[in-house]
Amino acid sequence: MTQSFRIENGGLINRDKKISFKFNGKNFFGYEGDTLASALIANGVHLIGRSFKYHRPRGFFGAGVDEPYAIVQLYRNGETEPNIKATEQELFQGLEAKSVNCWPSVNFDVGAINNLLKMFLPAGFYYKTFMWPKSFWYKIYEPFIRKAAGLGTASIKHDKERYEHKYEYCDLLITGSGPSGLASAYSAAKNGAKVILAEDKSRFGGTLLTSEVNIGNQSGKEWADSIISELKEMPNVTVKNRSQVFGYYDHNMLVMSERISDHLPKTKKFHPKQRLWYIRAKEVLISSGSIERPIVFGNNDTPGVMLSSAAKEYMKVYGVLVGRKPLVFTNNDSGYETAIEFKKNGIDPIILDTRKEPQSEIIEEAKSMNINIKNSYVVVAAKGYKKVKSADIAKISDDKEELGLIENIDCDCICVSGFWTPTIHLASQSGNKTKFNEDIDAFVPGISKQNEKTLGAANGIYTLEETLKDSFEKGNLLSKKITNNDNKISFPNVVEKKSTVHDKFWCVPLPKGKNYKRFLDFQNDVAVSDIEIALKEGYRSIEHVKRYTTLGMATDQGKTSNLNGLQLVSKIENKVVPSVGHTTFRPPYSPISIGAIVGREVGKHSKPTRKSPMHSWHEKNNAVFVDAGVWLRPRYYKRGNENLFEASKREAKNVRKNVGVCDVTTLGKIDIKGPDAAELLNRVYTNAWLKLPVGKARYGVMLREDGIVMDDGTTTRISENHYHMTTTTAQAANVLSHLEYYLQIVWPELNVNVVSTTEQWAGAAIAGPKSRDVLKKLFPLVDVSNEGLPFMGYVESELFGAKARIFRISFSGELAYEVNVESDNGNFMWEKILEVGEEFEIQPYGTEALSTLRIEMGHVAGSELDGRTIPYDNSLEGLVSKKKDFIGKRSLLREAFTAEDRQKVVGVVPLDKKTSIPEGSHLVKDSKATLPNPKLGYISASCWSVEYDNPFSLAILKDGKNMIGKKLFVMSPLKNKIIPVEIVSSHYVDPKGERVRS
Amino acid sequence: MRSQNEFSYGGDATVKRPELGKEISDQDWDNFVYNRKSLRGKHWELWQHLSGCRQWIKIQRDTATHEIFKTLKANEEIS
Repeated sequence: MTQSFRIENGGLINRDKKISFKFNGKNFFGYEGDTLASALIANGVHLIGRSFKYHRPRGFFGAGVDEPYAIVQLYRNGETEPNIKATEQELFQGLEAKSVNCWPSVNFDVGAINNLLKMFLPAGFYYKTFMWPKSFWYKIYEPFIRKAAGLGTASIKHDKERYEHKYEYCDLLITGSGPSGLASAYSAAKNGAKVILAEDKSRFGGTLLTSEVNIGNQSGKEWADSIISELKEMPNVTVKNRSQVFGYYDHNMLVMSERISDHLPKTKKFHPKQRLWYIRAKEVLISSGSIERPIVFGNNDTPGVMLSSAAKEYMKVYGVLVGRKPLVFTNNDSGYETAIEFKKNGIDPIILDTRKEPQSEIIEEAKSMNINIKNSYVVVAAKGYKKVKSADIAKISDDKEELGLIENIDCDCICVSGFWTPTIHLASQSGNKTKFNEDIDAFVPGISKQNEKTLGAANGIYTLEETLKDSFEKGNLLSKKITNNDNKISFPNVVEKKSTVHDKFWCVPLPKGKNYKRFLDFQNDVAVSDIEIALKEGYRSIEHVKRYTTLGMATDQGKTSNLNGLQLVSKIENKVVPSVGHTTFRPPYSPISIGAIVGREVGKHSKPTRKSPMHSWHEKNNAVFVDAGVWLRPRYYKRGNENLFEASKREAKNVRKNVGVCDVTTLGKIDIKGPDAAELLNRVYTNAWLKLPVGKARYGVMLREDGIVMDDGTTTRISENHYHMTTTTAQAANVLSHLEYYLQIVWPELNVNVVSTTEQWAGAAIAGPKSRDVLKKLFPLVDVSNEGLPFMGYVESELFGAKARIFRISFSGELAYEVNVESDNGNFMWEKILEVGEEFEIQPYGTEALSTLRIEMGHVAGSELDGRTIPYDNSLEGLVSKKKDFIGKRSLLREAFTAEDRQKVVGVVPLDKKTSIPEGSHLVKDSKATLPNPKLGYISASCWSVEYDNPFSLAILKDGKNMIGKKLFVMSPLKNKIIPVEIVSSHYVDPKGERVRS
Repeated sequence: MRSQNEFSYGGDATVKRPELGKEISDQDWDNFVYNRKSLRGKHWELWQHLSGCRQWIKIQRDTATHEIFKTLKANEEIS
């Protein structure tokens, strides 16, 4: 296809570099410097998608960030990305894009039937219609709506691109490189301030690129270029293009998204795709300009209807004509500039001006060029389906209520200008109390809450001279405060054409007997009639109207629709716009990619990975790992073709029969020292600690102040004032903070110091009837007999020269020891244990076997100590001292905690001794009871008992104490299982605890 | 200046834990454990320098603007 709408010369594109790209499978050419939109328009393509609700044809409306229609699915270097604005996406070699929101194709779209049914799709339609029957929602309505109403497809593949985060400080952050941004940056930079100038687009200069002005005997663009190149040379200035400041947060922190590689066919080696900047600025100058707003008329969403400023930008920047028979529909002078540009390119436009007799320099120029101007004229409705073919126009009465005779004129595009709306998003996000400016019919920033000032068009200043003056001055003043320099800039001579006041006209009345859709929000298909219905139905607050009709809720956040929506509400409500107020602006200003937000924190970088000193041994010996918080722990050691179930059963069995060794390095370890250490433990744990002798360990339970169990573990008295506390892997960090809180805030009088030693010690649990034999070989000099080292005893020794701590403690319920050595010796210890244990058939065991062993012993762990249970629930009430006070004790008196039928941990065995019980299942009395079936408890942990070779589970059961021997049902709707079970003691194996003491 | 990420919030700094071993009414205990005012404006809070020196500190912060007015060490009384 040829670029039949490309003007022969002109524009800022590089005509020497032809670029090929694909849209909806068809090949096209554009030039370097094009956007996807300008290249498509150059090729005469105006149908780019379908609208969200009615699936009406969609073309281009703008030429940049304000674009509501032209959203495409982009394909780049084997990746795909949804929600890309064709007006922002720069063209690159091999670019591919597809329409979204249409099926099967953009030209023939099944969903367009919605357009014929539009009388049935009013505001709130989804709320009203898809309510019943309830069961239809998940299976029929939702999947259909989702398929019909998407804005593209997110890739489910891993994103190979790299995204970076950067933190920066500056004196002045300036958002936008139009005239106000350039002038303020220049004068601040001259004062030596550290300046960051951010430009969203690829080209600097903003409106200077498209307006016919003269600054210091240079064209606007030449002046912008010279300022930018001077700024780029200054060491105190950072100039960034393709960088959008999208969020203004507390304490003058702003976030900017820099698109480093999106305009390239492929990201360069060692480059990120995008970079997110967190910028703390002493002062912020908002120079984000303004966005042209449309005038509302019938079928104003037809492809070919677009903003007049966009039509001008396509001509001046891209050398592209949006049409050959343009109609310019305006209520102000901006439309004339577009018409003049058309005329300069040999095209004859027709201007319809809603004003009766406007006079200004610009209008004079248009007249002198013999442009056809029709005053007091409006477009009543656009005609054509996939592209504008003609327009119904009419004269309008002075009071703007009555339409004259309707005439139809040929045209292929309608360029609309309804005046300008300042881009106040950042100011509003900063907490600025915006105010309504009657002169321009729009909100402008008012009272600042943070250190920000808004300049130029974003502040409602629409003349170049005034903008430059104000911006030079503000840049100078603010930087002077910071640097104490005062370098005055000589103000350049400015030539611009004077314009006259705009007409406060924004919506064309419907002609009699016609029912045209007049759209306010082009992306979400919200028409005038929808707002009227919402108000008729009683919605008053603009925030409610917004949510009910979805006005301004699309991905463009109503950049082109908000003000006209407000005008309509205030007109119907007979209020003034400021009293209706505008809805809240929230970051991001325009969509940013999830990848940029996440940055480098993906995959294994999303959290740190902690590994024990024995990790590489585990790896070499076929360990299958499991995440335990940020730790990686061996879950089981695979032998041959074993699966998890087989391997863990073998490992657990071997512990019960012979001896096993488990890496317990991950357990939290806290070193406690000081004369008041025993007193601290006595207050923290529920049981008594004052009389624990040196060389002894004790099991303890600690509560939160609300009486809920926080953690459990053993603490050993190493010496008179020195204790070694262990915590569960999961709670290690919380317990340390907990102790520090009480020592620093609540009881500062206690003379105790605590420090984490989790990573200082490597730990190995040696468990099983033959563990003593292994220990004898490891520590030949230590008396490890039952008398020499009894249950809960502690000795220090050397393991083949390495300092070692030996604890006789058990989690498996077997005779067991835990040996700690300094981390550097961890692997040495581990290999020695396996070496000397070989003759006793020692095997390493992982967390799965560890769980099996503790579950069938009825030892509670994280799945029972789940932040919802008290000591009684875990059968730990024997450890609760009646004599002394401790953290959380008072809460145990609460009525629910002392109830007779309070929940308690029990054992659960399936009657058939075969069916495994899913964790999380509910226990009920009657499996056939009508719903909701009263739930008596839940399965907290399940295993296959290696002692009895049948399934066994622990459960927290209401009135558990009196339920032993009862028959209940386990229900798992998730797994579709109903299992008859018997309730037994939670201490399924060795209920008297003889083995640990043997 | 330290990054906010290093700190962890620890609740209302004006709450005093009842003395150990003393009789206390249900109401007073409930107030200590559960009942907190959700103030808009200046608020004394506990924060811990978790990824740092491990000290608990008291911070007077505006809950609406996040402005920080004063900081105190753990053992300093709020005046």
